[in-house]
Amino acid sequence: MSIEIVNVNKAFGSFTALSDVNLTVPSGELTALLGPSGSGKTTLLRIIAGLETPDAGSIRFDGQETTDCHVRERQVGFVFQHYALFRHMTVEENVAFGLTVKPRKERPSKKAIRERVHELLRLVQLEGLADRYPSQLSGGQRQRVALARALAVEPKVLLLDEPFGALDAKVRVELRRWLRRLHDEIHVTSVFVTHDQEEALEVADRIVVMNRGRIEQAGTPAEVYDRPANPFVFDFLGSVNIFHCRAEQGQTRGAAPELAVGYVRSHDIEVERIRSEDAVEAEVRHIQAVGPAVRVELLVRGTGKTVEAELSRDGAERLALGAGETVYARPRKMQTFVGDYQI
Amino acid sequence: MSSTAPASSHTRTEPALVRSLLIGTALLFLGLFLFVPLAAVFAQALEKGWDAYLAAIREPDALAAVKLTLITAAISVPVNLVFGVAAAWAIAKFEFRGKQLLITLIDLPFSVSPVISGLIYVLLFGLQGWVGPWLQEHDLKIIFAVPGIVLATVFVTFPFVARELIPLMEAQGKDEEEAAITLGASGFQTFWRVTLPNIKWGLLYGVILCNARAMGEFGAVSVVSGHIRGSTNTIPLHVEILYNEYNYAAAFAVASLLALLALVTLAAKSFVEWRMRETS
Repeated sequence: MSIEIVNVNKAFGSFTALSDVNLTVPSGELTALLGPSGSGKTTLLRIIAGLETPDAGSIRFDGQETTDCHVRERQVGFVFQHYALFRHMTVEENVAFGLTVKPRKERPSKKAIRERVHELLRLVQLEGLADRYPSQLSGGQRQRVALARALAVEPKVLLLDEPFGALDAKVRVELRRWLRRLHDEIHVTSVFVTHDQEEALEVADRIVVMNRGRIEQAGTPAEVYDRPANPFVFDFLGSVNIFHCRAEQGQTRGAAPELAVGYVRSHDIEVERIRSEDAVEAEVRHIQAVGPAVRVELLVRGTGKTVEAELSRDGAERLALGAGETVYARPRKMQTFVGDYQI
Repeated sequence: MSSTAPASSHTRTEPALVRSLLIGTALLFLGLFLFVPLAAVFAQALEKGWDAYLAAIREPDALAAVKLTLITAAISVPVNLVFGVAAAWAIAKFEFRGKQLLITLIDLPFSVSPVISGLIYVLLFGLQGWVGPWLQEHDLKIIFAVPGIVLATVFVTFPFVARELIPLMEAQGKDEEEAAITLGASGFQTFWRVTLPNIKWGLLYGVILCNARAMGEFGAVSVVSGHIRGSTNTIPLHVEILYNEYNYAAAFAVASLLALLALVTLAAKSFVEWRMRETS
């Protein structure tokens, strides 16, 4: 089921949460709403679910106007950041809830409900925990129960509000990969909200970057990372280093007079001991090993600005850098933007 | 290595002398203001012997007082239960204009003297009151009759259930209810299957407090009751009448019923508190 968001506006008192938001979520895709706190992504998700109503604009499911439809008629599955499991019910009762509240005519038999619940528990790999209470489960297990519960009523759309936000780093990584595999199996149109760009880049088919109630860019992970539309998206999706350069016949070169601003990712900065064209002279300020990479802080001569280059462990070892040394930083790939955005 | 252990336990508890002084003072206070009076009630009640005790309680006016107290509680507690749950639900789960005003109004009976609580009903429904003449025309009696007593009691026990539930429901948030609705539950199903089980111990606690006050209220009921023996006296009022007639043994005998109620209430409260700790 595709989702169309048309000209949606929402304000809470004097705070504008969403401003003229237009978006199409294609059927069967896993879309991420990515942005910092206050960007409006959770508000947008809740408006899609029907838990909030927009001040203006409309929501359409498969072309049908849904803006005035009540939450329970929208057939959406919602997964909350803090699970929202029914604390006094067992795992089995939680997952069966959506089926047991159906009107008599539509309600499956007790046996059918139990079978469906166990089928779902198998899907989320929690078989055998049917009689436990939520307080007896770990965070990762609780979130999987929440997912099973949302899927039990066969929703047309699955909405997840920072589903892994409350979990440990390792569990987060495991679970998001698992969610991706699950989506590949089930193909429900899914929208999830996150402020973690790594999560969005790894899991989503499409990323919608939001900031202050507006959509900055919508595209595939590769598009959004490699060809960001503006400095905000560039900065949010990865590391940023700013080089001041002068334009020459359509190409940018690293040198003194400030005519244009170039944006470069840390891993696109080559650190060399020999001066080459396009390189700037810099002094090594600080070297920090972080897991599989080495970050080198460089003070660019002449401008007084610092850039941070990211090298592989091998690369750093070969250079054998020491603090205070003079090296040459050459940006391999640089992007410039027109407009008045500032970082 | 192990020298750090005694030092840390020393910094976290008071020296033994201070501890025993504080606990001793608390016990002395409790003893003087709680145990001794309670024991005195039972001692005085049984002063003239077991038969006199039973006779005082079986006396027709006393029985009528017991019956009226029970009826009053049986009406006030359910009414305030429904109101309390509804108000707490609205306040904890929704945003609306006038919310703060509602919260203040709920606390009103606590800040008003019980005598005033009774007086407002006399001013409203009494013969010289606003609604008085209309009631007289239709031969309806509120003041100096049972309805007035029930009304005054409902007013005075208003806040108990609501005040107990509001912080509980606010702490629980509305995530579970929203989850239930997205799964297709109706408003009633959500309330009955999700909200109510989550608040049951808080609710029970509020009901226990509400009941204790409903049965023991004196000031407000005294103003509206008219003290008509055998028909508009509750147990507290009857105790006052007996005492004023110098019939001490009978007064204490009837009062011992309230004392028993207090002990039962205390036991029930402790049980519910224990259960609340267990489940949270």
